[in-house]
Amino acid sequence: MIEAIEMSYQSKQTHVFKVVILGESRVGKTSILLRFLKNQFNENLGTSIGAVFFAHTIEFDNYFVKLDIWDTAGQERYDSLAPIYYKGADAAIIVYDITSQSSLSRAQAWVDQLEKEEAPQVMAFIGNKCDCEPQRKVPTEVGRSYAQEHECLFMETSAKQGTNIRSLFDTIARALPHQQQQDQKNSNTIDPSSRKSDDSGCKC
Amino acid sequence: MEEHYDYIILGTGLTECILAAVFACHGKKVLHIDRNEYYGADCASLDLDRAFQRFKKVEKAPASFGRSRDYNIDMVPKFPIADGQIMEAVIHTDVKRYMEFVKTAGAYTMKKGKTYKVPANEKETLTTGIMGLFEKKKLQNFVMYLMKVEEGKPQTYDGFDVTTQPMRACYQKFGLDPESCDFIGHAMALYQNDDYLDQPALPTLQKIKLYLNSVAAYGNSPFIYPRYGVGELGQSFARLAAVFGAVYILNRPIDEIIYNEKGQATGIKAGGESATADHIVGDPSYFPDKVKKTGSFVRKICIMNHTVPKTDNADSGMMVIPQKELKRHNDVYLSWLSYPHRVCPQGYYLAFLSTTVETGKPEAELDGALKLIEPVLETFTEVTDLYEPISVGDDTHIHISKSIDGTSHFETLMEDVYRLYKELTGEDLDLKKEKEAQEKTREAAGAVFQSESVETKSEAKEAPAPPPSQE
Repeated sequence: MIEAIEMSYQSKQTHVFKVVILGESRVGKTSILLRFLKNQFNENLGTSIGAVFFAHTIEFDNYFVKLDIWDTAGQERYDSLAPIYYKGADAAIIVYDITSQSSLSRAQAWVDQLEKEEAPQVMAFIGNKCDCEPQRKVPTEVGRSYAQEHECLFMETSAKQGTNIRSLFDTIARALPHQQQQDQKNSNTIDPSSRKSDDSGCKC
Repeated sequence: MEEHYDYIILGTGLTECILAAVFACHGKKVLHIDRNEYYGADCASLDLDRAFQRFKKVEKAPASFGRSRDYNIDMVPKFPIADGQIMEAVIHTDVKRYMEFVKTAGAYTMKKGKTYKVPANEKETLTTGIMGLFEKKKLQNFVMYLMKVEEGKPQTYDGFDVTTQPMRACYQKFGLDPESCDFIGHAMALYQNDDYLDQPALPTLQKIKLYLNSVAAYGNSPFIYPRYGVGELGQSFARLAAVFGAVYILNRPIDEIIYNEKGQATGIKAGGESATADHIVGDPSYFPDKVKKTGSFVRKICIMNHTVPKTDNADSGMMVIPQKELKRHNDVYLSWLSYPHRVCPQGYYLAFLSTTVETGKPEAELDGALKLIEPVLETFTEVTDLYEPISVGDDTHIHISKSIDGTSHFETLMEDVYRLYKELTGEDLDLKKEKEAQEKTREAAGAVFQSESVETKSEAKEAPAPPPSQE
C-alpha cells in the first residue's frame, strides 16, 4: 500500500476510531463484543453492567488500528439511546437476529437514522445467531441485498460459535480510511483532568 | 419498568442526570423517565428544527440556515467554569471520556459603553485599559491577599475576619474604587447584582479565587465548553447511569404519582405501566402543585453570520454587561459560540442574551444588549419562570430540584445536586470517592469485565480482508 511506504519504519502510527454497536435488545450485541474481546460466550448474559467501553488495538504490518468500541448500556431497550452514543462514530455495527423479523426492521431503521443524521464512514450490517439455522426467519439474501443497497459491509455471525466475529472487526479495521485527518478531529480539544497549572492562578 | 426501584427520577435535566449517575454508581436501582423524546429537559441542546418547533411553532427550519443537525442550541446559556464543581463531577465520575471539551476565546465586560477583555495573563493585565496603573496595583494587592485566604485558617485572614466582615469592607481595606469593585464583583465573582456587598466576604473571595484558578487552567478564559452543546453533559451522566444499570425511558409522559394513605409517594403510573420506588426525584415541571415561583428570566437566542463586534474576532466568549451600564438591578449576559464548538455550521454564530426579569416588558430588557450584536439573522425569545420546592425535607418521599437559574455557569446547579443528595441520603456527596464507589458496585455486580474500559490487542490475519459474506 502507498501509505505503508510513506510511513516511517521506526514508529508505527496508531489510528483511533470510534465504533458503536446498534440493534434491538437481545440480538447479541454484547455477546459479539464478549466473543471478540475475551473469546467467551455466556448464554444468560444479563444487562452488561459496567462493561460498555472497550479499546481494542489491531496490529497491521505498518500501523495499528485502535478501535474504541462503545456498547449501548441497555439504553436502547425503550428506544432511549442518547445521541451522544453514536455521535461522531467512525464505524457502526448494526446487528439483527436472523431468527427475528422485528430485529431486522429495527436494524434497518438504525441504518436509515444514521444515514439521515451523520453516516459513519463504515457501516456493517450483521445478522447474528447464524448457528440457529432451524429457527431462521431472515434469509441471508434479504440481509445481503439490503446491505448492498445501503453500502454496508455484510456478514452473518454467531457469537455463540465464534463464526465471523474476528473477521468482522478485522474487516472494519481495514475498511476505515487510515488518513491523517484523524489528528485534525481531536485538535483544539482539552483534557479537563490535566490542567496547565495548579499553582496560584494569574497575576492580575 | 414494572418493578420496585430505589429511586424514580423524572426529567433528564442535568441535575437529575448527575443524581441518577451517582445513585446508579452506588449500586442503587434507578428508573429515569422523561416526557420528551430527547434528553436534557430544560438544559437540552436542540437541533435547528426542534428550535423552530419550540419557538416559532413551525415544523422545519428554513433551508437557508443549512442542515438542522449541524446546530446544537443550548436552552440554557451557561458555560462550565474550568475549575468549577461541574468539572469536578465530570472528572471524578470519569464521564469526561464521553465528551470533548474545547476552550472559549475570552471573558469580556463593559465599562462606559466600551468592551474590554477580562485580562487572562500578565501581558493583558499590563495593557488593559479597563483601569489605571495605580488601580491595577491595588487590585494586585487584593488578589495576592485573597489567594492566601484559606477557609478555617484565621491566620491567613490577615487581621480581617472574612467570615463576618462584609465584602464592601474588604474592598475598602484595599482602597479599591467603585468601578474596580463592579469589575471584580461582576466580571470575576460573577454576581448578577450587588446584594453580595453586604454579605460576608469569604464566599466572594472564594469565587474570585475559582475564577483566577480557572483562567490559569487553560489561559484565555475561565470557561470551557463541551463540544455539541451543554446538553452533552446531561447525556454523559445519563449514559454513566445506564452503564450502572439505570433504566431509561424517554417520550413517556407521567400520568400519575401514587401516594399512600400517609401522603407519601410510593410510585408512578406512566403510559399504562406502573413502578414503585422508595423516593421520587424530579424537576419542578413534574410537580406543579408542590413548587413556588421565585422569579423569571428572559433570554434571546440569535443566529448570526458574524461574531460579536469589538472582541477581536473571538469565536466565542462570555460578556458580563454590569447592571450599572444599563441602569438595571441585574447584569445582562451575552455569550456566543460558533463552529469550533460544533453548535452551528461554519460561518454561523450563536449568541445568547439573558437576564433576570425586572419589568413588565421583559423582552425590551434585552434591547440594549441586542444592539451590541446586531444585525442578526434569526431570534428566538423566551421568558422562563423559575421554581423551587415549597417544602423541603418533609416526609412525602418527593424531592424536587430547583429550576436552572440565570447565572452564567453551573455552580448553583451543583449546589442543588449536593442539597438533593443530602436530602435523599442524609450524607454529604463526596465526588472524590466516586471512582472507588464505582469499583465496588462493579465488583458486587460481578461484571463480565472488571473495568468499564478494557484494553485488548490482536494481530490482523495476514490474508487480506475476506469478502464480506457469511462463512
